[in-house]
Amino acid sequence: MEKKAESQETLNDEVKTPGKLSRTFITLYDVFQFIGRFFKEGFLPPYEGKELMKQCYDIGYRSLALISLTGFITGIVFTKQSRPSLAEFGATSWLPSLVGIALLRTLAPLLTSLIAAGKVGSSIGAELGSMRVTEQIDAMEVSATNPFKFLVTTRVLASTITIPILTFYTAMVGMLGALLNVSLSEGTSAKAFFQSSLESITFLDITASTIKAVIFGFTIGMVGCYQGYNSSKGTEGVGKAANSAVVIGMFLIFIEEVVSVQFFGLFRT
Amino acid sequence: MKEKKPLSEQEKVIEINGLYKSFGNYHVLRGVDLELYKRENLVVLGKSGTGKSVLIKIVVGLLTPDHGDVRVLNQHVDQITYKELLALRLKVGFSFQNSALYDSMTVRENLVFPLIRNQKKLTKGEITSAVEEMLDAVGLLHTINQMPSELSGGQRKRIGIARTLILRPEIMLYDEPTAGLDPITCLEINSLINEVQERFHTSSIIITHDLTCAKAVGNRVAMLLDGKFERQGTFEDVFNTNDERVKPFYDYNFIQ
Repeated sequence: MEKKAESQETLNDEVKTPGKLSRTFITLYDVFQFIGRFFKEGFLPPYEGKELMKQCYDIGYRSLALISLTGFITGIVFTKQSRPSLAEFGATSWLPSLVGIALLRTLAPLLTSLIAAGKVGSSIGAELGSMRVTEQIDAMEVSATNPFKFLVTTRVLASTITIPILTFYTAMVGMLGALLNVSLSEGTSAKAFFQSSLESITFLDITASTIKAVIFGFTIGMVGCYQGYNSSKGTEGVGKAANSAVVIGMFLIFIEEVVSVQFFGLFRT
Repeated sequence: MKEKKPLSEQEKVIEINGLYKSFGNYHVLRGVDLELYKRENLVVLGKSGTGKSVLIKIVVGLLTPDHGDVRVLNQHVDQITYKELLALRLKVGFSFQNSALYDSMTVRENLVFPLIRNQKKLTKGEITSAVEEMLDAVGLLHTINQMPSELSGGQRKRIGIARTLILRPEIMLYDEPTAGLDPITCLEINSLINEVQERFHTSSIIITHDLTCAKAVGNRVAMLLDGKFERQGTFEDVFNTNDERVKPFYDYNFIQ
């Protein structure tokens, strides 16, 4: 018995648990490997076109109601809050262009992405986490299906494609909200409102907004999939995956927003 | 209950030599040696946490060994490419302890999923008849349009086995096929495992701690003790001992 205990001790000494710093680097390495695998497998056949379309529909449809409501209210509120400041300088006629630029450059991409991070990111995290815990991902593996391609690449691509579309939809709905407010307050016609706001929007604004939305969409999909796909065993792991998908997703979106504002600012001066 | 006899030694379909696997400081497998012969049902017994499931997950490439040689159908599982591994997995079926049915799909879709991904030339009619034939083989054709959440534990196990069998594997790996089931359903699952062996000519490893199941389905029994197989042979060979690590196992299952 003593001999057995001794041999166990010797075996235990052989493996050392990594420290906190090492674990951070291991996690970072895992994340980069996960992203690398997406680029490797996402663009190689066989393609999961049907699943990609299903995910695009799901992501768009799931967020549409909330995005419509939020975009519309934001348009009204932003216009209402901006009016007094512009009125001080007698510049209320600038309202349409101010609202148009603000919505397209920042409000629409940021609002859409934050809502999607909450709705889509958590849903992806929980779905994949639950599949991991109940061994459904392993079941795909052993039935000679590549689960990474079927589950991860489709969801990341779908969110990367859908978020920019939703962003422009939010901007459009926000403009309608602003139009309602402006029409009721100043009696401006829809034609004059859109003419004024669209005149101030440049090609750079549209390009920057699209690029930002693509990056945000990729982040939401990737964070949700990484957290769900690598969730630890047990139901607690599913909740943790959903929660981390939202928290980390939102955090990264804010960082990306700050960086992109600085970056695209270089082209405006 | 009729006990099964060992088959005369034939071609080896799985050969494991000196297999080691650890999780952190927990050393699960410590030098496992094992052979599975063609058309044989090998039952692997052992206490919970002794690495029985880890062993078959290594066989199918879901886990990688720390050390040792694992050959499945003459291929080294840990040395082949991912593409080769996927091809090998077509020949090795894995029935999970909790069935692992895709809960967002119906029973039909669960069976169609592996089929359309791996046999792209099949027509719609061929797919439908393959699915119906397999569900009929496990006696659950009437559940074809049901969702997994509407099925009982025993039905889920059977559907899980049908989903695995639809790819016509040469080897079947059953992870705790009777765990959590009532005695009658356990007997039905045991019969199904024997039927699968006879009808589809499979070689199988059955992981269990249910000795009734072991006696009913196993041509040979291997007992995992302290990370290695110390006792292998017929049911009698394994349990005809005064080894204090083995005796309680038998006593609990049959004397209780």
